[in-house]
Amino acid sequence: MSKESLFSKKNRKLLTDPLDDNNPITVQVLGICSALAITVQLEPAVVMALSVFFVLSVANVIVSLLRNLIPSRIRIIVQLVVIATLVILVDEVLKAFVYDVSKELSVFVGLIITNCIIMGRLEAFALGNTPGKAFLDGLGNAFGYGFILIVVAFFRELLGSGTLFGTQVIPLEWYIENGGFYANNGMMILPPMALITVGVLIWIQRMRNRKLIESN
Amino acid sequence: MDVNKNTYTFTFAIIMVVVVAAILSSTYIKLKPLQDKNIELEKQQNILSSIGVNILRDSASLIYPIYIKEELVINSKGEILEGSAFDIDLKKELKKDKDSQQLPLFISEVNQEKKYIIPLRGKGLWGPIWGFIALEEDFNTVYGAVFDHKAETPGLGAEINRSFFEDQFTGKSIFEADKLVSIIVVKGGADPSDMHAVDGISGGTITSDGVTDMLSERLSLYSPYLQRMKLDNEVKSVMSEMDTVSSIVDSIIN
Repeated sequence: MSKESLFSKKNRKLLTDPLDDNNPITVQVLGICSALAITVQLEPAVVMALSVFFVLSVANVIVSLLRNLIPSRIRIIVQLVVIATLVILVDEVLKAFVYDVSKELSVFVGLIITNCIIMGRLEAFALGNTPGKAFLDGLGNAFGYGFILIVVAFFRELLGSGTLFGTQVIPLEWYIENGGFYANNGMMILPPMALITVGVLIWIQRMRNRKLIESN
Repeated sequence: MDVNKNTYTFTFAIIMVVVVAAILSSTYIKLKPLQDKNIELEKQQNILSSIGVNILRDSASLIYPIYIKEELVINSKGEILEGSAFDIDLKKELKKDKDSQQLPLFISEVNQEKKYIIPLRGKGLWGPIWGFIALEEDFNTVYGAVFDHKAETPGLGAEINRSFFEDQFTGKSIFEADKLVSIIVVKGGADPSDMHAVDGISGGTITSDGVTDMLSERLSLYSPYLQRMKLDNEVKSVMSEMDTVSSIVDSIIN
């Protein structure tokens, strides 16, 4: 039996599929809760994307390694324990070494535990595949998730606050207060606009990628 | 091995729990001193920030003693108590009733003028909010304020720790004649001429209201001490005026 290379075509697809054809947010519609909560500004969105990146890839590998030992009746609990342990470890390490980042994330570290993408990938992929593949799948999905998060946060911060990463990008003299013609769209900082932005992204994606359109 | 047998399931669960508990508790014990140090440095950094001294957190322990000259513990009657103000945990104090609370007060010197720093703690939307408010020597005008929070929504309530919000407090006053009116965070924008109000944060109304409540609750406890010190100040200024008057009179007579 010839050993399949880690970066064979099939394995590369594991990495690239979640970016477009099988994106966790816009196609599987998972992880919407965190997409709503932390996309008001770019910075927390980026930090969240990085944390999910770590937790998802490591959890995928651990569950995949244990896949033949986990009793199927308590598998969800086992997955949850693995995720929660990793998240708490991340939180403790951040608090000790990069305190500022941990403050930036605050409650959202905890929210990673309930991020349905992680649970979804563990259940759907890691339980039935080898650790190498599970790792790639984790990376791919975390990228796909992080990419959408950052795009949504980009538009919400730009249109809602006129800033990017906290720096003013829309010239101040454009604002009505300063005699200009522009005003920030206050709607953009409210949670519903995250859903609408995700909706618009799904629309654009389906316009480009015809095979996502269901035939009925 | 049959992984679906009851005994196996139980054994697996027990081993898993023990392993996870061991990993987590050993990490916690290892990292706790580092985390505590961060929290202590951050407190010093926040106190300094309320008097306009903005430094990196790592240098806080060196710079803190340069600015903070005195730490007092008082009670709600305005009496000075024994104890270390820095170590008082407001979270615990807030659970006690008003009269038995220990109130920390930090006195700093900036440009030869004393500033009185009052620690704050209250409730936001999702969790605690806290901060420090520094008063001028007149015990009335706000010299600076900082706020922070545990878990407010980023971009909304979490904005209370941004300078655009904190800077609004500078120059406001907490007393109207002899009555404590505190400072109110107003939804939809405050009248800039109002000495007791600042603009709230769009989308962060509950956090903004939390700041209002925190200020009025905390300041009311310090009010007796502040009133007395204000009175002392006035007496002193009258005395010094009398001195000048008498010296003028003296010079005229001579």
